[in-house]
Amino acid sequence: MKINSEHLRELENEAIYVIRETAAQFEKKVILFSGGKDSIVLVHLARKAFWPARMPFSLLHIDTGHNFEEALTFRDNLARQTGVELIVRYVEDSIKKGRVAEEQGINASRNKAQSVTLLDAIEELRIDAAIGGGRRDEEKARAKERFFSHRNEFGQWDPKNQRPELWNIFNGKKHMGEHFRVFPISNWTELDVWQYIMSEKIGLPSLYYSHRRKIFNRNGVYLAWAPFMKLRPEEEVFEAEVRCRTVGDITCTGLTLSKADTLEEIVTEIAATRITERGGRYDDKRSEAAMEDRKKEGYF
Amino acid sequence: MSVNGKNRYKSLLRFTTAGSVDDGKSTLIGRLLYDSKSIFEDQLEHITESSRRLGKDEVDLSLLTDGLRAEREQGITIDVAYRYFATPARKFIIADTPGHLQYTRNMVTGASTADLAVILIDARKGVLEQTIRHSYIASLLDIRHIVFCVNKMDMVNYSSEVFRDIKSSLENLAERLAVPDVYYIPISAKYGDNVVDKSLNMPWYEGNTLLHLLENINIPVNKNTGFPRLPVQTIIRPLNDEYHDYRGYAGRITGGIFKPGDEVTALPSMLTSRIKTIEAAGKQLPEAGEGDSVSVTLWDEIDISRGDLLVHSNNIPKSSQDITAMICWFNEKNLRCGGKYLLRNHSSETVSIVKSVSFRLNINTLEKEPDIDVIKMNDIAEIRIRTAKPVWHDSYRENNVTGSFILIDEGTNETVAAGMII
Repeated sequence: MKINSEHLRELENEAIYVIRETAAQFEKKVILFSGGKDSIVLVHLARKAFWPARMPFSLLHIDTGHNFEEALTFRDNLARQTGVELIVRYVEDSIKKGRVAEEQGINASRNKAQSVTLLDAIEELRIDAAIGGGRRDEEKARAKERFFSHRNEFGQWDPKNQRPELWNIFNGKKHMGEHFRVFPISNWTELDVWQYIMSEKIGLPSLYYSHRRKIFNRNGVYLAWAPFMKLRPEEEVFEAEVRCRTVGDITCTGLTLSKADTLEEIVTEIAATRITERGGRYDDKRSEAAMEDRKKEGYF
Repeated sequence: MSVNGKNRYKSLLRFTTAGSVDDGKSTLIGRLLYDSKSIFEDQLEHITESSRRLGKDEVDLSLLTDGLRAEREQGITIDVAYRYFATPARKFIIADTPGHLQYTRNMVTGASTADLAVILIDARKGVLEQTIRHSYIASLLDIRHIVFCVNKMDMVNYSSEVFRDIKSSLENLAERLAVPDVYYIPISAKYGDNVVDKSLNMPWYEGNTLLHLLENINIPVNKNTGFPRLPVQTIIRPLNDEYHDYRGYAGRITGGIFKPGDEVTALPSMLTSRIKTIEAAGKQLPEAGEGDSVSVTLWDEIDISRGDLLVHSNNIPKSSQDITAMICWFNEKNLRCGGKYLLRNHSSETVSIVKSVSFRLNINTLEKEPDIDVIKMNDIAEIRIRTAKPVWHDSYRENNVTGSFILIDEGTNETVAAGMII
């Protein structure tokens, strides 16, 4: 497999530039860490950007309580190995405090509730820059996103009134209480991320590789079975060889039937696939503008 | 990492698309993605369903790019959207920008990071004011490669005469704007003629298809030729035992190549030293050039902070408190002569006052209007600025990093103008 390292190098240069700008322009900065590959790549890039010094960021994980066990283990190991501070805030706590109501019914997910917990954490910790692994190729509302994306004092995104972003000059000026979301890998595609992981030999949670798991089929999407999931009568749990293309809240992360258990096989699989990465995300199937609406409210 | 500034070409092509609402720009992008098999099954399923819901007979490929609810409802593109696709030959990033007059600022934004511009012309209408506007903006932002696509050839019976006439007007325009590298392609985005596949309807056209051109055009990595500069973003100081005295000046190089041993001058202090190492994540590089994010260490401990420039001692950029620049005004509030704005030039900031407007450019006719001093949103003008401290700069034509700036309104924090230093 030939990897065009010239374009990966350009993307890496750009991401490191954005990460260094974030460090220079803001006071309290965190990397939004989900345990997914994009946030793992961000941590890798941040380490490179400041080597041999330690990166000036903490990791913030918004925990829905509905996690893949492997992702949590990976998260804790990564924080230990890098010596980076890990901050965790729980959706469960937001529900208990009455800040957000638990969704009911068969498709109940805490994915949307995360926004509330995230915004509360940003306020509590006085975060003025939250670095995320969002990519413009993921989804059509994300295609409109800036590298430095302004959020008002309510944490909201106003897509129709974004600051213009000229050349590589980023304007991170803000008023008290406002914050920025920063997306250093905006210009990367899913395949770029995988090729980069391969060329940099970046470790990932085992979920991304083919493994046997109990799953069920809901409206054409394979979901992982977990004890707290409610099943419809016709839905049957069975075991299969699967892997994750994205890792998020377990209730809405679609799985791919796959035998790919090396990076080479995964890159080959991604290069040939005819379904988008988020095609398996149950949270995006809710409506045409599902992502835009969540983002306006303060979602990742 | 081996760097040879002379022979490197971009394998990642960034281009912008311009054309007005009805020129079929979104359709063209949809067509490029669709015919290059960059549209995924679930996306296609999605827009097929949406097209049906909107009562359309055919799948509307423009729905792929119009991402915001308001855009889909109004059928127009409001904001810059970025699209990605790859062919075995190359990777592409498209900045899809709106064509309306009121969105000139978005086109400037999209053009600021582009290597090439694709400008659409409606074959039925020929060269319009907006064509002049789009071409001018591309040349203003120093885009050196323009591809004019004469679209909707299907609606003029694929006539070679129509194309020839439009092409000849475009040639005049390109000459007037001094764009060095220009192409003309007759296409039908709706039916795919000459977009990815060669058109059977226009055997008289002997040139390449749009995709073939995009895949094969050589764009040098080093657009900013000449003299290397390193705008310092941040200082890396580990402050631990192992790297006790380590001081890395971190930034992204522009304009040329730095090597260890080079004699360098720090600006504004004018102190000199020599480069000890150039590093990327701990790896020492024999040299580094345009676009490389590096960390540079020097033999002497000199005072350097964010916003400073590190340059070759034998080529120092200009320094001045009086700047003349072309600007595009971005804000709903008009430019105020005598008004104070924060000027950001790469990683450096200084307070500035707009002293005067030399002229406003009528971007539809390219005439200079000298007696106008009210500059509104989307206007392009030449202005004079006085800065509180000297600005170290090159002209925008020499270097688009050290020659560009933005103006920020200190009250609202909004980016109100994009500037190119003359």
